[in-house]
Amino acid sequence: MTDPQITLYRLQACPYCERVVRTLDRLGIDYRSRYVEPMHSERNVVKRVSGARSVPALVDRETGVTMSESANIVEYLEGTYGNEGAGA
Amino acid sequence: MPAFDVVELPETDHVTAGETAPEFTRPLVGEEFWEDRSLSTVVDGPTLLVFHPMDGAFQATYVYNEIDDRGWADALPVYGVSISSPYEHKDLLAERGDGVRVFSDPSASVVETYGVAHDIDGMEGITEARPAVFLLDADRVVRYAWVGSEHPSFPDYDAVEAAIDDLLQ
Repeated sequence: MTDPQITLYRLQACPYCERVVRTLDRLGIDYRSRYVEPMHSERNVVKRVSGARSVPALVDRETGVTMSESANIVEYLEGTYGNEGAGA
Repeated sequence: MPAFDVVELPETDHVTAGETAPEFTRPLVGEEFWEDRSLSTVVDGPTLLVFHPMDGAFQATYVYNEIDDRGWADALPVYGVSISSPYEHKDLLAERGDGVRVFSDPSASVVETYGVAHDIDGMEGITEARPAVFLLDADRVVRYAWVGSEHPSFPDYDAVEAAIDDLLQ
């Protein structure tokens, strides 16, 4: 079994995280889902991977891309893995 | 001296040495995050699987203190299992269990699969894990098993350590 190339750092019931999850599911992308600490100040793992403590944060080992902000992530996923991206 | 009655737990048909440890997938909690992991993807060498009563119960605390004192997590991967939620596991790991990660099994179905369930008296609706220790080899075969038969009870830590030393030789 190969590990998914994409890891999503998320917070339970965070609408911005769910938005990214919906996009990943819609595009049929396999990903690793990691829930993190609700307390912003204690999310050091997210800070280490993305430079900021905000979630969602996405790491794509395939492309070497790490990003925060759901709108950016959705745009990146659609551009990289969506039909729009492939056809553009 | 006051009479002191140890509660005997019912006999249980638990996983024993020689069997393959049953596969399961549950949230696996570390100090910083949790994610769904299956047992088969985390076992790639000698591994210690420790079922324990819910986080916060003194039995769980004592078991982790002993694991820390003996430095087992430095010798091999150590995984806990209890019915507590990932949030409770994070609190537990902030205090003790250095290097240990803990599976969260609130439904107790993994606990029941391993035959280590305890319907705790006075907490209606809660089935939790008895203390139990399973030492697995790289093929997930159980090489040493101990399951608590009294309430409370604690593993024979020296026996566990001897089994770990044997397997790691």
